[in-house]
Amino acid sequence: MLNYLIRRIGYALIMVVLVSFVSFVIIELPPGDYLTQKIEQLRARGDRSAEQQVEMLRARYGLDKPFLERYINWAVNFVRGDFGESFEFERPVSEILGARLGYTVILALATTLITWFLAIPLGVLSAVRQYSLTDQVISVISFIGLGMPGFLLALIIMYFAIIVFNLEVTGLFSPEFQDAPWSFAKFLDLLNHLWLPALIAAVTGIGGLVRIMRGNLLDTLGQPFVESARARGLKNRTVIWKHAVRIAINPLITILGSEVFPSIVVGSALVSIVLNLPTIGPVFVDSLRKLDMYLAGTCIVFLTIMLLIGNLVADLLLAWVDPRIRLE
Amino acid sequence: MAVATAPSALPVAKKREIGQSYWDLVKYRFKKNKLGVLGLILLIVLYVSFVAIPEFLAPYQLENRSNFVEAPPTAIRFVDAEGRFQAPFIYGLDRKIDAVRRLRTWEINTDRKYPVRLFVQGDEYRLFGLIPMNIHLFGIEADQSEQRIFIMGSDSLGRDYFTRILYGGRLSLMIGLLGQFLTLVLGVTLGVISGYYGGAVDMFVQRFTEFLSAFPNIPLFMALSAAIPVFWPPATVYFMLTIILAFLGWGGLARQVRGLILSLREREYALAAKSFGASDRRIMFRHLMPGTMSHVIVIATLSIPGMILAETALSWLGLGLRPPLTSWGTLLQDAGTVRAIRFVPWLLWVVPPILLTILTYNMLGDGLRDALDPYSGR
Amino acid sequence: MENLSPQVPVATAAPSADARQTLIEVRDLKVEFDIRGGVVKAVDGLTFDIRRGQTVGIIGESGCGKSVTARAILRMVPKPGKITGGEILYYRYSRYPDKSGKTKEIEVIDMTKLDPDGELVRQIRGGEIAMIFQEPMSSLTPVYTAGTHLNEAITLHRLLPIKKLGDQMAEKIMQYRPVTKEEAREIAVQMLRRVGIPKPEQRVDSYPHQLSGGQRQRVMIAIALSTEPYMLIADEPTTALDVSIEAQILDIMRELQKTANMAIMFITHNLGVIASMAEEIVVMYMGKQVERAKVVDLFYNPKHPYTKALLQSVPKLGPKTGARLASIEGMVPDPLHLPTGCVFHPRCPAFMAGKCDKLIPNWTKVGENHWVRCLLYEE
Repeated sequence: MLNYLIRRIGYALIMVVLVSFVSFVIIELPPGDYLTQKIEQLRARGDRSAEQQVEMLRARYGLDKPFLERYINWAVNFVRGDFGESFEFERPVSEILGARLGYTVILALATTLITWFLAIPLGVLSAVRQYSLTDQVISVISFIGLGMPGFLLALIIMYFAIIVFNLEVTGLFSPEFQDAPWSFAKFLDLLNHLWLPALIAAVTGIGGLVRIMRGNLLDTLGQPFVESARARGLKNRTVIWKHAVRIAINPLITILGSEVFPSIVVGSALVSIVLNLPTIGPVFVDSLRKLDMYLAGTCIVFLTIMLLIGNLVADLLLAWVDPRIRLE
Repeated sequence: MAVATAPSALPVAKKREIGQSYWDLVKYRFKKNKLGVLGLILLIVLYVSFVAIPEFLAPYQLENRSNFVEAPPTAIRFVDAEGRFQAPFIYGLDRKIDAVRRLRTWEINTDRKYPVRLFVQGDEYRLFGLIPMNIHLFGIEADQSEQRIFIMGSDSLGRDYFTRILYGGRLSLMIGLLGQFLTLVLGVTLGVISGYYGGAVDMFVQRFTEFLSAFPNIPLFMALSAAIPVFWPPATVYFMLTIILAFLGWGGLARQVRGLILSLREREYALAAKSFGASDRRIMFRHLMPGTMSHVIVIATLSIPGMILAETALSWLGLGLRPPLTSWGTLLQDAGTVRAIRFVPWLLWVVPPILLTILTYNMLGDGLRDALDPYSGR
Repeated sequence: MENLSPQVPVATAAPSADARQTLIEVRDLKVEFDIRGGVVKAVDGLTFDIRRGQTVGIIGESGCGKSVTARAILRMVPKPGKITGGEILYYRYSRYPDKSGKTKEIEVIDMTKLDPDGELVRQIRGGEIAMIFQEPMSSLTPVYTAGTHLNEAITLHRLLPIKKLGDQMAEKIMQYRPVTKEEAREIAVQMLRRVGIPKPEQRVDSYPHQLSGGQRQRVMIAIALSTEPYMLIADEPTTALDVSIEAQILDIMRELQKTANMAIMFITHNLGVIASMAEEIVVMYMGKQVERAKVVDLFYNPKHPYTKALLQSVPKLGPKTGARLASIEGMVPDPLHLPTGCVFHPRCPAFMAGKCDKLIPNWTKVGENHWVRCLLYEE
């Protein structure tokens, strides 16, 4: 078990290093980015203070040093919590992302919870009542959900909210709570704003998981241990939930970590852009559009770290629930 | 022929299944799947109207601007103000200033009537890029500055939005096909080789796909396409975007093909071919690859909508195609803001064709999966 | 010779002769599977009975309806299968008093009339009639320990008497209570010890993947017997095991049966195994019962051509005779298109043209406790 744990964490760390490297390449990739532009502007001015500023920028971003050294410099600073500076806002990246990071995680977690707690019961219901009307309705809905990208759904829901119901669905807080200190009322207000974007971002994942859960459970229900559990005189509900679902759910934990969670992170970023939520998503897109690359690079690294943590948590969860892995 | 020797008492359906090849059987089974056939027909209709002949179907030219800025969709009427039934017509639009909301709006003027005609003469274009024509499927016979027909409204430059959606489909639909084609070539070749030989290629495919899967893919798309220089010509941007989409997509396909090859190469027929002394290349491409084709076709069909959506999402975010290119994504850029939804909601007309495309591809893919799977007992 | 139609079965059980009471009486049982392309009659007109402490063997080729019969008794026929006719009478000897404190004598329950997920069926299933299966490798849920499985059965079905100290008079009206966690574990360890699992105190916390195939089947037997059932249905319990393990498992079953006075319905296609286990044997072919007899009669005086062929197909030890091992000619027919008349006629060496392919044979008595369904023995 310890061995397994160390292996998974080691793997995650290697991935972080690789990802950060690629992110840095991306930071450096685009011609005509902010830094180059700024230096050129300063050069054009040509006076002494401008020269000094250019020198300062050169020193800070190590422009005259080789690529690898610049990367190491950036990575070391990153670990220390200095993510560089946003050129557009002329503020440290950490300051811009600070609060947004928290909301990003909250939104992703809420979406994951909704996905899990809607998809599993629906999948089970669909499998237990195979070929019934319930099964067919759930199947059709999950197929539609599977094909429906979150950001388009968000647009459609926005349309109905604004045109038909005349509602305001954007943001994570009502105006009166926007700058208020944290309180229970503010928390409720957050929940009130959170469920809709979380549900929208969950739709695609739910569609997929319902299908997989249905298939897995149908396979598992044909297994001998289900029949022998029934032969012990257990209630139908106990047989299904304690024995069949318990086994059928294991592969879903892996899928949740490796496939669904990434799509949730990305999906909630896109939904955030439509609904203007204070998460990393809108900042990331904005920084890319303006080639504010240190900000963009940091966003990528954070999103990726989130995915890797999600993956790791799924691995640990699987080991925790499945003795075959735990006791290996 | 096998059919001739079969006893005549055999039922017709049985006879068909016996005497025909795998692909005939697939065709036969696919035809029985109504949803799949519907998907195929709809897709053909979509591709013909959006890719082949949008110039003919659209009443105007793509960039034909007018003074009718942000005009709402024109209703085509059959009953006039006096309640008389007549041939289809539209009313004219007059500009009004809404003093309270400080907005320009448009008002219907029932005094001016324009009949809607089929096959009217209008803007010049070249059909298939070759034949010069000026006939459009429908339109009104009026001076363009006096009145126009906007069945899905107009945008902020007074261009007909219906026209723009039709033209926009061309780029969006083609990027899916092109990207998928590149993905297929790369993914299948590398997948077959990596599954059959293992070794260095296998290592590369394995590690690369693992690495890619650690990245959130759309942010990576976004970062890469943000790196496409702004000053590049639109066509180059388009191809770069296609390549980026394919570059990130082939790994998954290669891995699936590899997995299939790994199991197929242990099957009796592959072992038999080997024991007869068939060459590696023959085993790979004559014996093993056909075994993967059904899966590959299904995977490809089901992942085209993902590519189309990726383009749409990227362009919508301002990171993919940019004006003057017109795709569904760039159209969505104008439509997908709170302001747009509030004041020009008809710009969301671009959403239904996107959804329809995704749905039809999924229907087709699902039908194909059922038809191609030799073990589906249906 | 008597000639009885299968519609009017006469219970052959003669309790007076044996002094053993009937436990299960299956009369004219019919199970059908409504699948795409037709109806498969998996069991068609099966009639037999099992008395307390008796071992009845059911043999036949795979797909002949043996397992479906077993599942029908427990009302566990998988979808889309359905019991379409007949009765399964269960003579229930109440073990524990009901709420009013009285113990009922014998209650006859027709299992086919019960709700397959109802309370009563679940009490009987596992508690009074237990079952073990063919695949020990996958009959235990992989994420639970052997103890958890045992615990489920024990807490569901076992009650312990409440003994009141110094209350001699009240001893007859005993009261029962559910077992506690500790007691359940104790019983589980005891059971594992009885089925011969080494170090049961530790093994009780083992997961299935930590046990060998033989050990898993022992655990399955321990689970089945932990509730002290009246009858054990063993559906090819040793088919998936090595021969040496098979012998051990059979020994355990025989031994436990002796001490617990438990009936066993033993399903197998292995004639050697059945000869050493059963007192009475039912031979099935394509869902139909073709012969029933005491084990000695069946092996030394088989009547039905199918039984004869089956016995001849068993390899025998002894001097080399050079003869080829006999096999039954032809193929098992398509269950959707059964032959007319006697279902065995296309493969039968004693086939009588114009008779066997036209007439359906009746259930005929050919000797003491010896019945056969074949036109050779009809008038």
